[in-house]
Amino acid sequence: MNMNDNPHTDALQHHFADMEQQRESAKLGMWLFLITELLLFGGLFGFYTFYRASNPEIFYNAHSTLDVKFGALYTVVLILSSITFALAIYHIRENKRKQTLMLLGATVLFGVIFLAVKGFEWAHHIHLGQLPGKYYTFTGIQGTNPHIFYSAYYMMTGLHSLHVLGGLAVILWLMVRTRRGDFSSYYFVPLEMTGLYWHLVDMIWIYLFPLFYLVG
Amino acid sequence: MAVHADNSKGHSIPSKVYLRVGAALLILTAITVAVAQIPLGGFNLVVAMIIATAKATLVALFFMHLKYDNRLYLLIFVIALATLAVFIILTLFDTLNRGRILPEVAAPIRSEAVIYPLDSARSGAIPTEDTSSGSNAPEH
Amino acid sequence: MQESSYLDQPRGLKSWLLTLDHKRIAILYLIAVAIYFLAGSVFALLIRTILARPENPLVTAQHYNQIFTLHGAIMIFLFIIPATPAILGNFALPLMIGARDVAFPRLNLASWYTYIIGSLVILYSLHSGAADTGWTFYTPYSTQSNSSVITTTLGVFIAGFSSVFTGINFIATVHKLRAPGMTWFKMPLFVWSLYATSIIQVLATPVLAITLVLLILERVFGVGIFDPKMGGDPVLFQHFFWFYSHPAVYIMILPAMGVISELIPVFARRKIFGYSAIAFSSLAIAFLSFLVWGHHMFVSGEAEIASVIFSLLTFLVAIPSGVKIFNWTATLYKGRISFDPPMVYALMFLFLFAIGGLTGLFLGALASDVHVSDTYFVVAHFHYVMMGGAMMGLLGGLHFWWPKIFGRMYSRFWSLTAAVLVFIGFNLTFFPQFILGMKGMPRRYYTYLPQYKPLNVLSTVGAYVLGVGLVVLVWCLLASLKRKRQTLSNNPWNAGTLEWTTTSPPPTQNFKTQPVVKHGPYDYEEMVAERT
Ligand SMILES: [Cu+2]
Repeated sequence: MNMNDNPHTDALQHHFADMEQQRESAKLGMWLFLITELLLFGGLFGFYTFYRASNPEIFYNAHSTLDVKFGALYTVVLILSSITFALAIYHIRENKRKQTLMLLGATVLFGVIFLAVKGFEWAHHIHLGQLPGKYYTFTGIQGTNPHIFYSAYYMMTGLHSLHVLGGLAVILWLMVRTRRGDFSSYYFVPLEMTGLYWHLVDMIWIYLFPLFYLVG
Repeated sequence: MAVHADNSKGHSIPSKVYLRVGAALLILTAITVAVAQIPLGGFNLVVAMIIATAKATLVALFFMHLKYDNRLYLLIFVIALATLAVFIILTLFDTLNRGRILPEVAAPIRSEAVIYPLDSARSGAIPTEDTSSGSNAPEH
Repeated sequence: MQESSYLDQPRGLKSWLLTLDHKRIAILYLIAVAIYFLAGSVFALLIRTILARPENPLVTAQHYNQIFTLHGAIMIFLFIIPATPAILGNFALPLMIGARDVAFPRLNLASWYTYIIGSLVILYSLHSGAADTGWTFYTPYSTQSNSSVITTTLGVFIAGFSSVFTGINFIATVHKLRAPGMTWFKMPLFVWSLYATSIIQVLATPVLAITLVLLILERVFGVGIFDPKMGGDPVLFQHFFWFYSHPAVYIMILPAMGVISELIPVFARRKIFGYSAIAFSSLAIAFLSFLVWGHHMFVSGEAEIASVIFSLLTFLVAIPSGVKIFNWTATLYKGRISFDPPMVYALMFLFLFAIGGLTGLFLGALASDVHVSDTYFVVAHFHYVMMGGAMMGLLGGLHFWWPKIFGRMYSRFWSLTAAVLVFIGFNLTFFPQFILGMKGMPRRYYTYLPQYKPLNVLSTVGAYVLGVGLVVLVWCLLASLKRKRQTLSNNPWNAGTLEWTTTSPPPTQNFKTQPVVKHGPYDYEEMVAERT
């Protein structure tokens, strides 16, 4: 391909031969980044497994203090946000910028709902004294060391919420860039990469939901 | 150049695929909530994890395009999961078998631990003679 | 040879600090890593000075603990982990596979800045009372110590990202940016070893990150994960920590092994023996490195059955390492060996790494490990592996690529003098520690029983000889920078890999024309035939 004929030459970095190579490299890099995220959470899943294997009764007794309705709501909004994000990328490949923008907006909306309800839920826990570690004061759970359920809960959902927050910031930035006209079927690497990240965050929640809300 | 993925360019997945997979995920969510209401003992966890894994697989294959993309990404993903499995399994292999042969070696690790209730499934695995020193359990 | 190189254009400090050129980032790393190596060495000499006599009034026990913690943390996290990949790898990897740059130049620069920020946070901990936990940050002490454990771990946490960034970059570069004709099995072995290293960096470092976060949370919120009183487990920390830190040992040694695989064929003028065996043994080491971490915990109360399995798996690592040593030796056999400085370091590597590796088997075996655990035997062992192995590889590589990086040759005489001093000093410092350890001298104490004094004095003398050797080495390399550039040929060692086909120093875009690879990296006969 003769680069000079292309209106989007600036999107191709000099050390790549063509857009395809650039896109594939970015995707590979993104997947490598995603597995570092996976292993970061993986450490916490390992810790959860250890805690749970050592104190099964605590997890059983404590999970009923979480409201399944909230858990299901988070799951639903995150799945919806994953659908809208996937569709946003579908539409940018068809060069439909307006639809892309609307779908990204919907993704942000679902993400905000997630964080808002999560904040509300956390505030409720804190009010009841269901806090991590040495700050735990709640008395409604039977068994030794009931705080460990909440230690695990805050660490895992906390790290996850941070990832949602970071994802939202990036999506907002992508909306600005989409409006500006940076993306088209020729170049949409940042959208695709962020989409992968967002789906991974969704995937992690898919596990957190049953581990805390359903069979805690 | 390295061999390029042959199928990534121009392979746009029809939008109805996303909608169908999304619907499947929502249905599976409903199922897992419903099943959790039925007491199955230890099987609740097993069923919930199977459903979660089914959902995660759908997300990975369709939303994250692993079904269509270069197989390399799938390989990377699987290697990461295998690494994680090694970590969790070998760690648990230690913590669940501690003190089997020489209880006195493992005792100091738990020397300050609270006494576990006798009916707890794990009470056999924890040496009791050393644990009495730290009986200042926060609650019991 | 008068064309402008990456060193000349563009000019100015800003062009260096904001550069996206992998070669310049390699030099940024070289400068930063060298400074931290100097700092770590000062702490090392302090340790040896203190240990020249028992009950040394120079410092308190607390200060001694802080000094050896700083020595360990700086040398591990700021020197040996980034050194070979980020300096030599960054410089040579794109050139060796005929690429114009790494896949993500901005990420590469970000990696350097993350490293700098992380290292500054670690240095800041000096101000608030440096950590005294040892570089391993073992619980329960690290959750109770009054020293600045949080700052130090935060610094290590941040520096860890730079390692991940480098790893991601290298994997993507190797997969996507190889020159036409550069098939996987025509890649130089240094590239293979960097590829294996990067896999470990990407898979293991996140676990270290979460471990350090858990430690910080434990200190701040008392979450109790490492506290048995709260239902946690202090030994769990060791699992988390060594799941990263054992593979990290291979992050340190694998790139050095890669350098050796480059040096030996070049200076023995023989095609490397068993190319694919060496390439695959790198991957095998990367794979096995994730299965053996429990060998650090034999005396921690780990389950006996787990110890047996970890011990068994540990012995398996000896196989791919042995494969490499065997192939290197076989390459040397009947070779026309020239004792240029890089080769001298390579031979030193072979000798020292063999000692380090074999003493590792003492530690991997359950019964003998119990005897020497937490003694100077362990200290001697890992210094033979880390310094005798990883660092000799780094020095060999640095001397090998120095004329390529800077376009100038250093003094052969002074460089060989430095090598001899380093070798003598190193062995004098660390060999007595094997004996001390066998006799039962425990590590990490500021004092010792009187009967250990003679060997400790010997070790201290050795440390100073080593220090002098390193000063000569650094001075010799720096002095070369004042020499004239024009006198050097592009390929002073007659090496066969791609980076030697471009000018020394290379132009900004690496190659004038896109190289096309026709023969393997060590096919010297084909190369000679081609030239005539
Ligand atoms: Cu190890």
